[in-house]
Amino acid sequence: MENEPMSIEVARVSKKFGAFPALDDVSLKLETGELVALLGPSGSGKTTLLRLIGGLEQQESGRIFFDGADAANISIRERQAGFVFQHYALFRHMSVLKNVAFGLSVRPRAKRPPRAEIERRARELLKLVQLEGVERRLPAQLSGGQRQRVALARALAIEPRVLLLDEPFGALDAKVRKELRRWLRKLHDTLRITTVFVTHDQEEALEIADRVVVMNQGRIEQIGAPREVYDHPASAFVCRFIGNVNEVGAAFIRPHDVEITSRRNGAPSLDAVVEFVNTAGAVAKMDLRLEGSGELLEAELPRSREAELALKPGDRAFVKFRDVRTFPS
Amino acid sequence: MIRRLFLIGAALAFLVLFLFVPLAAIFAEAFRRGAGAYFASFRDPDALSAIRLTLLAAAIAVPLNLVFGVAAAWAIAKFDFAGKSLLTSLIDLPFAVSPVVSGLIYVLLFGAQSWLGPWLSAHHIKIIFAVPGIVLATLFVTFPFVARELIPLMQSQGRDEEIAAVSLGASGWQTFLRVTLPNVKWGLLYGVILCNARAMGEFGAVSVVSGHIRGETTTLPLHVEILYNEYNFVAAFAVASLLALLALVTLGLKSFVEWRMNP
Repeated sequence: MENEPMSIEVARVSKKFGAFPALDDVSLKLETGELVALLGPSGSGKTTLLRLIGGLEQQESGRIFFDGADAANISIRERQAGFVFQHYALFRHMSVLKNVAFGLSVRPRAKRPPRAEIERRARELLKLVQLEGVERRLPAQLSGGQRQRVALARALAIEPRVLLLDEPFGALDAKVRKELRRWLRKLHDTLRITTVFVTHDQEEALEIADRVVVMNQGRIEQIGAPREVYDHPASAFVCRFIGNVNEVGAAFIRPHDVEITSRRNGAPSLDAVVEFVNTAGAVAKMDLRLEGSGELLEAELPRSREAELALKPGDRAFVKFRDVRTFPS
Repeated sequence: MIRRLFLIGAALAFLVLFLFVPLAAIFAEAFRRGAGAYFASFRDPDALSAIRLTLLAAAIAVPLNLVFGVAAAWAIAKFDFAGKSLLTSLIDLPFAVSPVVSGLIYVLLFGAQSWLGPWLSAHHIKIIFAVPGIVLATLFVTFPFVARELIPLMQSQGRDEEIAAVSLGASGWQTFLRVTLPNVKWGLLYGVILCNARAMGEFGAVSVVSGHIRGETTTLPLHVEILYNEYNFVAAFAVASLLALLALVTLGLKSFVEWRMNP
């Protein structure tokens, strides 16, 4: 790649759609070469933020800097932001090869490589995304996963300084999704282009991102490495959104932090009644009703431990919490 | 079963009665005095002049409406702006008003009694009862065809591909030529075919502005009327058969394009 990847700074950006505040005073710094996930429910503003960075929308206030330069002065054509759209937006009348070559072939004559060179580069990119042999096909003749990779190759062709992916795996089935996101992580490790992707799937974000930006109602709730966000959620929202959580009064408890015994062993514990046991899966899942408050508790425990306890619905059990979190309301 | 046969039979009978019989009648009447008389009708200088004028009007109206239709459809389907719904309804205006009224608009605008009339005659510019009036009237009645065909097609295709093209560095013009236009080419051709058929076949609006000066301001449909009113049936039907042939060719092309649009 000719161009160095860049750092991006979003400074106090706000954006409204009518009366709806899509982004509310959002600040964020993306380091050169990192892979960042914008994670949040729909309507949280994650896609709007991505489109603002790509120049597809204009913010009402605040500024965005590319390597320190104000992006307001850089047109969408000059941004060199490789955008991959949720539904790919491939050019339906062009072959796969022409799609990938598009970005190079529309360059001003002075900067445009010769035709043979454009084709060579496009073929090279198709090889990179493991799509050799489909150069002449039309987008409609490809599978979802293949289209996704064509869209990525097309975005890479302009030698982007930042890659922006909008729900890149949203339209794919579960198996292809999993394969493709590992593949994307590997590709990122080779290319090291600053990459931002939007997702509502926490598993996806936690699995491949260097850092996760959790968004809610147009604001950033937390920015951190996947483990940090999972282990140390900064707010009740993050705690609820990432992973499962039990809420007992004002306390948040992860299901795997619930410890169960079948007999009182002297340590302080809460009385509960087993309501449901599911042993199909990597861990055993158990629902317990707390006596007194009547709150329902989900617990996850190793299957060996579940076998040891041998609890059935209706049995009495005693629970302790290994870790409890509270958040100021 | 019987009900279905009845329905098909009724539809067929209707088609035969109102389409095939008249079509056959045109050719039967045209050839009543033999092929010699049929072809002689086209050697008449007035007939030749009518053919030329019809071709001229279509040659001006179709390309202009092609450009206008594409521009309007592009603006309406791909952008948001104030007055968009007004523009959309204005495009439908020629369909909404009677062709005679369309013609009258030009008479009121450019005729001798209009307020532009004295200025035009002082500068020896003749629009009404002359070729420019015929071209203008043809332009007006045919202008919805291309735009109406393209707007729903472009709207259904959305803006994603255009946005993608721009994000890849394409200029507005490159985006239009390389992405938008190729995506609608068959719809565009379909609109052009219909526009052309109407441009050549228009009677009402053109009749009002023409003045029926033989050999000068008569188009093919007007020429048919003149011949028919003079009881020159063979010539009238011979010229009419040209328009009928045009209709058949249009139908053929239209079916071909429809087939290409929905493979």
